[in-house]
Amino acid sequence: MSVDNNTVKKIARLARIHVDEDRRDALAGELNAILSWIEELETVDTDNVEPLASVTGHSLPIRDDVVSDGNKQEQVIANAPETTSGFFVVPKVVE
Amino acid sequence: MSDLLQLSAVDARAALDAKEITATELTQSYLDAAVQTEALNNYVQLTHDKALEMAAASDARLRAGTAGPLEGIPVGVKDLFCTEGVETTACSAILKGFVPPYESTVTSKLWADGAVMLGKLNCDEFAMGSANETSVFGPAVNPWSQSDGPDLAAGGSSGGSASAVAAQSALLATGTDTGGSIRQPAAFCGVVGMKPTYGRCSRWGIVAFASSLDQAGPFARTVADSALMFSSMAGFDAKDSTSTNSPLPDLASAMAAGVKGMKIGIPVEYQRDGMDPAITKLWEQGQAWLTDAGAEMVPISLPHTAYALPCYYIIAPAEASSNLARYDGVRYGQRIEEGGTLDDMYEASRAAGFGEEVQRRIMIGTYALSAGYYDAYYLKAQKVRRLIRNDFDAAFAGVDAILTPATPSAAFPLGVKQDDPITMFLNDVFTVPANLAGIPGMSVPAGLSSDGLPLGLQVLAGAFYEDKMYQVAKVIETQSGFSGAPQRAAGRAHS
Repeated sequence: MSVDNNTVKKIARLARIHVDEDRRDALAGELNAILSWIEELETVDTDNVEPLASVTGHSLPIRDDVVSDGNKQEQVIANAPETTSGFFVVPKVVE
Repeated sequence: MSDLLQLSAVDARAALDAKEITATELTQSYLDAAVQTEALNNYVQLTHDKALEMAAASDARLRAGTAGPLEGIPVGVKDLFCTEGVETTACSAILKGFVPPYESTVTSKLWADGAVMLGKLNCDEFAMGSANETSVFGPAVNPWSQSDGPDLAAGGSSGGSASAVAAQSALLATGTDTGGSIRQPAAFCGVVGMKPTYGRCSRWGIVAFASSLDQAGPFARTVADSALMFSSMAGFDAKDSTSTNSPLPDLASAMAAGVKGMKIGIPVEYQRDGMDPAITKLWEQGQAWLTDAGAEMVPISLPHTAYALPCYYIIAPAEASSNLARYDGVRYGQRIEEGGTLDDMYEASRAAGFGEEVQRRIMIGTYALSAGYYDAYYLKAQKVRRLIRNDFDAAFAGVDAILTPATPSAAFPLGVKQDDPITMFLNDVFTVPANLAGIPGMSVPAGLSSDGLPLGLQVLAGAFYEDKMYQVAKVIETQSGFSGAPQRAAGRAHS
């Protein structure tokens, strides 16, 4: 499993990070160095091992489905780079 | 005023109660110390006025007899904790200007117990790094750096916290530890750093890095101060679904108990080739101290130790890539818009706002989670994580605590290791397993390298047995007689 210039382009797109074309080869090299080191894990026998997603051992608590907080529009948008009439503003997405 | 800086938090608290000092005097001393040592770059923001207001309120409560356990104690806050009305950036360009409208649970608890906030402390960008070099504010400097030598790393990611506590510009500080980010800088700076059992301290209001690994913990100069601060930080919080309501053990009794009859595990896998001989020697010395105090050393094996780092470098970046998806230039933080589409805006904002290391980790994580690779990387890593956890479960069936070195080397000069990410990752070789297993770990300063730099020993205990960890740590502290006297601390000639 090796990352090439094209894979970097694809990952960058998935991660929504712009990567200049002339940086892709260098980045592929760095990612490959990390990935080949990580591939050491392939040597571990994990047949019949249950994946560990949470160390707490308890199931996630479920709270009552009631409104416990709210009416904070001003605080919610206070840090937004651009707002209008209480809404976040993004570049036009529908023609 | 510099003698006020010598007081431990426990002693300062007693002196405040006895009306020998005031919270305002103590706070002013620390604010002055922070200004005096500003070349160490450990604060990214000093909240001078807020500190003095909080100190005045503490003095009023002390007079009224309603003082809390941390009343009047000046605390620095890692810039990863959201602080209401005080800019919180995670030391990233993408969050510059973000002023949280709410307070993290952990810091709320500290203020409710009377602590005084001094300011926000430097750290690696989004806590990703081991030398504080990925911070958009530049690295924090280790106060043990000689004035005529190169600036040394304070460690990371909580480098500012470790540097400030060691330099006596904060009496206590908060940190977070995802793979060693409290314990490694604590060892580099000669202070006590503790990562609690996963779930002890609420993660609510802390900028998330890798949610299944992140845990907040205290920085202090003494083991007793660490226990005092931890007791205030810990506790159930309904706002964090992984928060635990397991009662806190009695740490004061534990610290007074000694280690007679305790069994201490010494893992064979932690003896690494090429390790600084001073570290090996210190580890042996630690075993001798505990043996002298009546504990029994038990050789143990943690067979999957070698796989902990590669396992971590899948899980942490994978979780980070999800967590950091929220920085989109829409709801908060920096936005770069050049007249293109919404996606163009996302991509430009994130490319400009995230530093190199953060981008690299997001990309690794995105790749590990992407279609066709999920099983090979993420699921495989979760299975290895189970085996690492099983190793510790088996070990703690036979021992009360485990003793290891905290880091494979003493603090290194800033800048030199930057080019090779994997060498930098190796800093965390002794600390990462505890995060994967969810168990508590603590770094205690125990001696000096041949260059006169501090070295730490790490004590690990089973999940929710912080008392056993403090029990061992207290004996190491007493036996080592370590006295933190860095050359560039406040009040010394060359700061």
